[in-house]
Amino acid sequence: MFAIPFRAVFAYLIFQTFGFAQTDGMASIIGGRYVPLYGQDTSLVEVQDFELDTYPVTNGQFLQFLKDNPKWQKSNVLKLYADENYLRQFKNDTTLNDTENPNSPVTHVSWFAAKAYCECQGKRLPTIDEWEYVAMADEVTGDARKKASYNQKILSWYETPRSDERSIGQTPKNYWGVYDLHGLVWEWTLDFNSVLISGESRKDVDKDSNLFCGSAAIGATDLMNYAAFMRYAFRGSIKARYSIKNLGFRCAKNSKETL
Amino acid sequence: MKSILKILSIALILSAYGCFKSKKKVHTNTEDIPVHREMKAELTSPPNVPRPVGERKAKKLIVEMEILEKEGELTDGVRYVFWTFGGTVPGSFIRTRVGDEVEFHLQNHPDNKLPHNIDLHAVTGPGGGAESSFVAPGHEKVFSFKTLNPGLYVYHCATAPVGMHIANGMYGLILVEPDGGLPIVDKEYYIMQGDFYTKGANGERGLQPFDMQKAVDENADYVVFNGNVGALTGDNAITAKVGETVRLFVGNGGPGLVSSFHVIGEIFDKVHIEGGDLINENVQTTMIPAGGAAIVEFHVNVPGTFILVDHSIFRAFNKGALAMLKVEGEENENIYTGEQYDGIYLPEGPGIQEMPTTDGVVESEIPAQNFEEQMKFGKQIYMQTCFACHQAEGQGIPNAFPPLANSDYLNADVNRAIDIVLNGKTGEITVNGQKYNSVMTRQMLSSEEIANVLTYVYNNWDNNKTVVTSEMVNKVKNK
Repeated sequence: MFAIPFRAVFAYLIFQTFGFAQTDGMASIIGGRYVPLYGQDTSLVEVQDFELDTYPVTNGQFLQFLKDNPKWQKSNVLKLYADENYLRQFKNDTTLNDTENPNSPVTHVSWFAAKAYCECQGKRLPTIDEWEYVAMADEVTGDARKKASYNQKILSWYETPRSDERSIGQTPKNYWGVYDLHGLVWEWTLDFNSVLISGESRKDVDKDSNLFCGSAAIGATDLMNYAAFMRYAFRGSIKARYSIKNLGFRCAKNSKETL
Repeated sequence: MKSILKILSIALILSAYGCFKSKKKVHTNTEDIPVHREMKAELTSPPNVPRPVGERKAKKLIVEMEILEKEGELTDGVRYVFWTFGGTVPGSFIRTRVGDEVEFHLQNHPDNKLPHNIDLHAVTGPGGGAESSFVAPGHEKVFSFKTLNPGLYVYHCATAPVGMHIANGMYGLILVEPDGGLPIVDKEYYIMQGDFYTKGANGERGLQPFDMQKAVDENADYVVFNGNVGALTGDNAITAKVGETVRLFVGNGGPGLVSSFHVIGEIFDKVHIEGGDLINENVQTTMIPAGGAAIVEFHVNVPGTFILVDHSIFRAFNKGALAMLKVEGEENENIYTGEQYDGIYLPEGPGIQEMPTTDGVVESEIPAQNFEEQMKFGKQIYMQTCFACHQAEGQGIPNAFPPLANSDYLNADVNRAIDIVLNGKTGEITVNGQKYNSVMTRQMLSSEEIANVLTYVYNNWDNNKTVVTSEMVNKVKNK
């Protein structure tokens, strides 16, 4: 008898709590400090409050963007901004291949295109620090990096082929209400190339570089960093015009309060 | 100015020419070996190797290596996501000669998740090429190097986390032959050991993820030749004929374990220690470091199946480090006779020991009182006597030792099973559709013990729950 009204009230409360100052389709992230996964001199990183897209941008959403912004279509894009793999999943400028799922994360997009997409929405790409901050949460904890289950799940995704073809929103919602940070695709970040990995990961150990994330010489205590090493190695290997099958993106923006 | 240069260069050429003439080894400095023309390198998947270089001159050699991340089988029913150079573990074999200018194309397949690179131990230069070959999925990197030192070298991926990339199978061999090539032999094969670390224990089925902690502890679940447990056994065994000389290019990718490489029933006539110039002769077991290699050669004189193992022996019989070389041809009794005599041995003198009473075996002092005790005692015997070949879960070893678990052969005939334990078994049998041709020796067990161990086997692993009694055993014994 009470079930339905109670549920409605409950849903309303939830909606209220998360609903303030929030843009549609974005989760409010409350800022904080944390030691980044890449162990930057063990210095804390501070993240301001910001908002992050709940889901990665999909093929369908990106298609709409292409229709509105012809200069980013396959045949029009400047070669400087996208390599030959740009939008490979598109038959032509505004049609996806028949095999493509409109609800899968969009991939084969360059950093330039991703950045332009976000700007068209009045947003921006998240920074590495912001992205990693939200991504260190599991379903229940803000910082789950020390949990074996958290790392194992991420690593097993890194080993799962063709996960980019899945639909968004099927992985569990994390602590912040954000989906799919792990489990579908890598994601572009605004400052992805601020991490200097030489490609010779072992050498980075004794480099003066303050980022020794590529280090191979880690002790067992650093196990939790392994998933992050792989992300940083990935970021280190790409360039802004690359368009890769397993690389998508989502947008972020500053919180209204902090503006 | 120009003329001075000219004179200088002529002087250089002359002095170099002098060098050619005076020594058989044409270039004291292999850096100076000139290259003639361009050629696409032939790459082969294991256990095959490309054609020998022979007398060919140094060339510009184009190597195209594709990186593939793909799911495969570690052993029956155990899946694993391998990261590979060229689609196989170990990666494709690269064969060059000293002085070659290798133009290396590293291609990272677009479906791959991760960036990779390659460190070839044959490269003289920072990172062994790793620095110049760091490549994102869907991209290709090119770098060139000159092969300065002849030998057999390991290559591997060196992208962070390095250990994980290697543990997932990213290693292979590159051979740099000396001027004029290695002496031609009859058979050449490519074998590479690697250790694997899985979340589940050895034999646990399904797709097994990589286990970082076990890798750090160097606690391998699988140690295998050529990427999986059965890669070189049964129908996949390498072969030779009596009278032939076999050369094995043996590498060890690691990441963790050093290999004590041994061929049961053969002595290596020659070993290029650690893949270098130094040759040792008449070697039983040669050490192959992780990230190292050796070239071993031997002449096969008699027919039979020769087992290649890592002589850290539990790795061979329990973790998979076992391969087979099948040699066909005429028996040669001057070298090996086979069994000539099977009789009773009675030691003499003061050290005479009391002979066992019942057919060489003492009956257990405490006979099993009931089924539970039979199972308990049977398990003890199983673990002492049967486990090494038939394995903990009765799964056997593919292509070598037949399974006892859910075994049609076992369940078909209990008296035959008793007979095999009593008297041993040789020759081909078919178990669950697979052919086996091994030897099981007669087991020195009492009737009571045989009854217990067979009861244990029949009442486990989906077998037909036969209860074997010592009377049944005695009946077969006295037939």
